[in-house]
Amino acid sequence: MAGLPRFLAGRLIKAIVILFAIVVINFLLVHAAPGDPAMVMAGEAGAADPKFVEQLRQQFGLDRPLLEQLATYVSHVATGDLGFSYRQQQSVWDLLLARLPATLVLTLTAFVFALVVGIVLGTLAAVRAGSVSDSAITVLALLAYATPIYWVGLMLMLLFSVQLGWLPAFGYETVGGGLSGFARMIDIGEHLLLPALTLGMFYMAVYARMTRASILEVRDMDFVKTARAKGLSHGAVVVRHVLRNAILPVITVAGVQAGHLIGGSILIETVFAWPGLGRLAFEAVLQRDYQVLLGIFFISSVMVIVFNILTDLIYSLVDPRIDLAR
Amino acid sequence: MQSMNFWRAYARNKGAVIGLLIMAVVVVLGLFAPLIYPESPWDMVNAPFLGPMEEGSLLGTDTLGRDIASGIAHGARVSLLIGLTSTAVALVIGVTLGALAGFFGGWVDDTLMRFTELFQTIPNFVLTVVLVAIFTPSQGSIVLAIAIVSWPPLARLARAEFMALRSREFVQAAITTGQSNATIIFREILPNSLSPLIVSSSLMVATAVLLESSLSFLGLGDPNAMSWGYMVGAARTVIRQAWWMSFFPGLAILLTVLALNLIGEGLNDALNPRVARKGKA
Repeated sequence: MAGLPRFLAGRLIKAIVILFAIVVINFLLVHAAPGDPAMVMAGEAGAADPKFVEQLRQQFGLDRPLLEQLATYVSHVATGDLGFSYRQQQSVWDLLLARLPATLVLTLTAFVFALVVGIVLGTLAAVRAGSVSDSAITVLALLAYATPIYWVGLMLMLLFSVQLGWLPAFGYETVGGGLSGFARMIDIGEHLLLPALTLGMFYMAVYARMTRASILEVRDMDFVKTARAKGLSHGAVVVRHVLRNAILPVITVAGVQAGHLIGGSILIETVFAWPGLGRLAFEAVLQRDYQVLLGIFFISSVMVIVFNILTDLIYSLVDPRIDLAR
Repeated sequence: MQSMNFWRAYARNKGAVIGLLIMAVVVVLGLFAPLIYPESPWDMVNAPFLGPMEEGSLLGTDTLGRDIASGIAHGARVSLLIGLTSTAVALVIGVTLGALAGFFGGWVDDTLMRFTELFQTIPNFVLTVVLVAIFTPSQGSIVLAIAIVSWPPLARLARAEFMALRSREFVQAAITTGQSNATIIFREILPNSLSPLIVSSSLMVATAVLLESSLSFLGLGDPNAMSWGYMVGAARTVIRQAWWMSFFPGLAILLTVLALNLIGEGLNDALNPRVARKGKA
């Protein structure tokens, strides 16, 4: 693990480059949008008061040359200033921070669910390749691939909340429930179940299919034959030799896609009124609050990058052949 | 002879045949929507909140008395049109960049691949939402936004194909006979790298249809065209009273995307027989 600091430094530099590129994209979007950049920053044209627009114009030097404006913009972002939401009368950064925890809870639960269930289902399908359960899992994956998640969310809500009354339909916790400690956690968990399941389902299908394909590829390799020849039990061969190697590509893809869960959470949080970044994005879309939207774009990019670095670390733990210092 | 083989290979995949049948229905529905339902899908043609099969309304009506079945038929046009055009635009961007990277290699390849990586890192649905919101929702902005987030896999694929084919003898021969780069790219390499590109783009149409429906669900659809995602989004708040308003449009999306995915797999079996049957990853 001597290479760890160097590895992290390398990844950090890469992350900074990507973040810089994203800030530039944000900047370009503000300027490429139809209409006055100051108006774009303030929100839908005509909605902001002229004083505020004038203030924006000065703050970002919108009458200066484009490159100078970019430098101003970057320095603002670098100091944590993502702008001010005129609509919500709050700094974008504060808005994002307030919503971040709920989204993290939702996306991480969905991610763990998708990964664990996906790998288990994929393994089952591969071990019994060609059987009924294999076909069932394949069909399930095909359906999950094709279903719009917001629609699944609505249908699950209809079934479990409206018809059966088992789970709460929306929100983060029972409003005015006055719960605390463990009871509150259970309450949040009940609220979390449907959104997390819905959000994770698509990715579960992706990981199940990948695991299946990957296992089918690995299981005929020489080292597996050796393991069998040594007389290891079937289960031991599958778990310790086949799965451990087959899981590597799944982890890589999962890391890349984990950040994309945030995109899905825009839809899921809208359906279930989950008070996170996704819901904030939906509100910002309705109000044409571009500063907030660009802020969400920025922070979700940061999350993707963090996820990617974490995946690389996990990858190195699962596969000791990987040298981080490489 | 060739097409016979193609169809035989395609038809061996039962799912792919089912996909083609579903797709045929959707296409017919989309093409003839103005004939089957001459009134605009925005018109209030019946009492609101009619359930399926009530008062001559096949799938019921929505909160304003607009016909759900008519909306689905007209929505098929939007879904297919945007799915196809955005994939076409993504193909042009992706194949161009991938071809340049794979053909020229070196710094061209390095630069273009870093650029592609950047776009693969960006959370793509968030970017689509931001793009469409800022450039105001219209068919053009939706198509562009979907294309902008969809091209990277196609670029990678085209690059891999171009790199592999570039060293092959027929391409080397073309180079030595002094043919221009453009001729070599378009006449020699591109036709030989088409099959994997066709398979990927057929799957991409499915993703594009889903993306478009998600945008319309959020209220970022083309405001002048009835679309499935819009219908689900508009019915979201009345789901307790009227399940059919969101159920049927969602089912239409599900079936269409499923059909497109099945067709993609069938094409994969038929066009890439060597890699087929190993399971798609």
